[in-house]
Amino acid sequence: MLQTVWLIPLLPFLSAVLLMVTAGRMPRPLVAMLGAGSVGLSAVVVLLFGMQFMQAPEPYTLTLWSWMRVGDFAPQFSFYIDQLTLVMMAVITGVGFLIHLYSTEFMEEDSDYSRYFAYMNMFVAAMLILVMADNLLLLFLGWEGVGVCSYLLVGFWYKDPANGAASRKAFVVTRVGDTAMALGLLLLFTELGTLQIQPMLDAANNTWVSGDTLPALAALLLLGGAVGKSAQLPLHTWLPDAMAGPTPVSALIHAATMVTAGVYLIARTHGLFLLAPDVLLLVALIGLVTLLLAAFTALNQHDIKRILAYSTISQIGYMFLALGVGAWSSGIFHLMTHAFFKALLFLGAGAVIHCLHHEHNIFKMGGLRSRLPVAFWSFLIGSAALAALPFTSGFFSKDPILISAFEYHGSIAGIGPWLWVGGLLGALLTAIYSFRLVFIVFFGEANTEPDRQPGWRMAGPLTLLCVLSLFGGWFALPLASVFPAESAHHPSMLIEGISISIPLLGVLVAWLVYYQRKVSVSRFTDSPTGNSLRQYWHSGWAMDDLYDNLLVKPFVGVSTLLRGEPVDKVYNGIVGVCQLVHRGLSESQTGKMRWYATSMVFGLIALITFLGWGI
Amino acid sequence: MEGVVIPLNHVLIVAALLFVTGLAGLMFRRNVIFILMALEVMLNSAGLAFVAAGTAWAEADGQVIFMLILAVAAAEVSVGLGLVLQIQRRFKTLDMDQARRLHG
Repeated sequence: MLQTVWLIPLLPFLSAVLLMVTAGRMPRPLVAMLGAGSVGLSAVVVLLFGMQFMQAPEPYTLTLWSWMRVGDFAPQFSFYIDQLTLVMMAVITGVGFLIHLYSTEFMEEDSDYSRYFAYMNMFVAAMLILVMADNLLLLFLGWEGVGVCSYLLVGFWYKDPANGAASRKAFVVTRVGDTAMALGLLLLFTELGTLQIQPMLDAANNTWVSGDTLPALAALLLLGGAVGKSAQLPLHTWLPDAMAGPTPVSALIHAATMVTAGVYLIARTHGLFLLAPDVLLLVALIGLVTLLLAAFTALNQHDIKRILAYSTISQIGYMFLALGVGAWSSGIFHLMTHAFFKALLFLGAGAVIHCLHHEHNIFKMGGLRSRLPVAFWSFLIGSAALAALPFTSGFFSKDPILISAFEYHGSIAGIGPWLWVGGLLGALLTAIYSFRLVFIVFFGEANTEPDRQPGWRMAGPLTLLCVLSLFGGWFALPLASVFPAESAHHPSMLIEGISISIPLLGVLVAWLVYYQRKVSVSRFTDSPTGNSLRQYWHSGWAMDDLYDNLLVKPFVGVSTLLRGEPVDKVYNGIVGVCQLVHRGLSESQTGKMRWYATSMVFGLIALITFLGWGI
Repeated sequence: MEGVVIPLNHVLIVAALLFVTGLAGLMFRRNVIFILMALEVMLNSAGLAFVAAGTAWAEADGQVIFMLILAVAAAEVSVGLGLVLQIQRRFKTLDMDQARRLHG
């Protein structure tokens, strides 16, 4: 049974190839069956594999073939399965299957039904290769594969140039990180002589000691790739724009799986990061700053998908914080619960958008509680989990992260409580913005009438994800053997109490401001300072403008300057003069004998005159 | 010396006039036969100048050179007429402006 693990990425891959080759000539029911069925089937294989694997949980390696051989460098096409991989595979295929099932209805009216499923299946296959890879090069293949699929799916409705621009932005910004990651790979290979993850980590442990420059540099470069893929500061600007794609794509790629690849990468190479404690602290700080920035921004958005996008950035910030403070399994746990509840929220948002004539603005919704009950309950449960209300899955994953942050003893003493305070502030904001969304969209006056109700293929996945979001926190992930042991937490009752009550406080604030409307923020937001602050946060701390002015505009300016190839002008000028002279001289070669004779006469006259002058 | 003595200058002026006439013919006529004739005029003007100069200094060299010029002229005419025949045969015209296959 264990040997059939290669089926898991192969099934979606085959389906994708089949869908691409037939290029939309297949009947729609068959496309739906192939698209969703292949992922479902690999979810079943993952389940069977997992059951077998957990009986004797030893890391399992399967080498399929030698990928290439250049001198000493011979990367294998091989998979390495341990508990971490298993968790990732389960999330990818499980949540992936639910999203595919949902898509079969969501995309029903789209003319490019088959293209959509081809890309989605290709994405799932690439993502599986990413997490199953045994060496960093194969991981990089999956890494780039998901990047390409993300590009194709963000620009899925390519007839609108804005979508094309969004997909290019997503691709180019992540490319910055990927370049850093490729450099990191090269550095690791030249220093350690292998890219196979486990031997490489062993070699790193043997050659380097904690605090060396080289492991810090390598970890920093890998972190660059992770930051790009996971939309963390400073490369987070692509994710809100990536919402231009279909909503299930946002759920699968830009919430549940691909954007968490950076978290996976750091967790997978945690041995390297442990050798670079400063970089690890940087990971925590990046996570903290990102989660706060994104939470403030989410508070000010009015596009339902952009709120969720910023919330995704913010939640991945929590995962980075967890990794940075060494709470590895908490980070991965949050990755899993986040995949559940954020997929739920995105799919719920998709249901709202689907049933409301593609309306994105939350202020044009309102009062949908009784009219779209499925979406309402999904949103309520999803938001509760996102806000980490007690006993939802988000609570069980976020709470340990905050506790670990509090107890963090890193290279800078006494920074732990500050990380904790930042995380709590983020949790407060998370509760406020998620329930702001719920209260505005589902309560109050009705502004738009839904023209249909979600069918079973949309309602079914939503229900299942509701269950997972509520009870997903009860899973105990078997990650103890993968990561170094974490010290047991003994938080005081006070700390626990604060952690629990902060999200409740946030919900209360949202309730007062956006439901009861007893407290009005309009006096503040209408004042000049408040308004400019709101604008500033709305634009995501003006990061896009900053990058535009700092990078894009100078680049475009230089390109316009160089467009006419100014260097070539000199050479073209020389050529031009030569051609001109050539043409003139060739004109003088008339072939007329009388002309020659006359020229000779005058030349002779000139010569004699000239000589006579000299004498 | 008997008879009228023509000053050397006058003869040289006539020779120059002849030379210019020939040159003008060479430059302005298009017919190859006339060009050859103009050449003859130019050669003979040079010969006249030589003879006059030889007489003026009482040297025989001038006449010797004239004989040489005659021979050259005869040779030139024979070659030239041969060329004229070929031109007529190839281009079906004697207009030298038409025969310009070497133009650039």
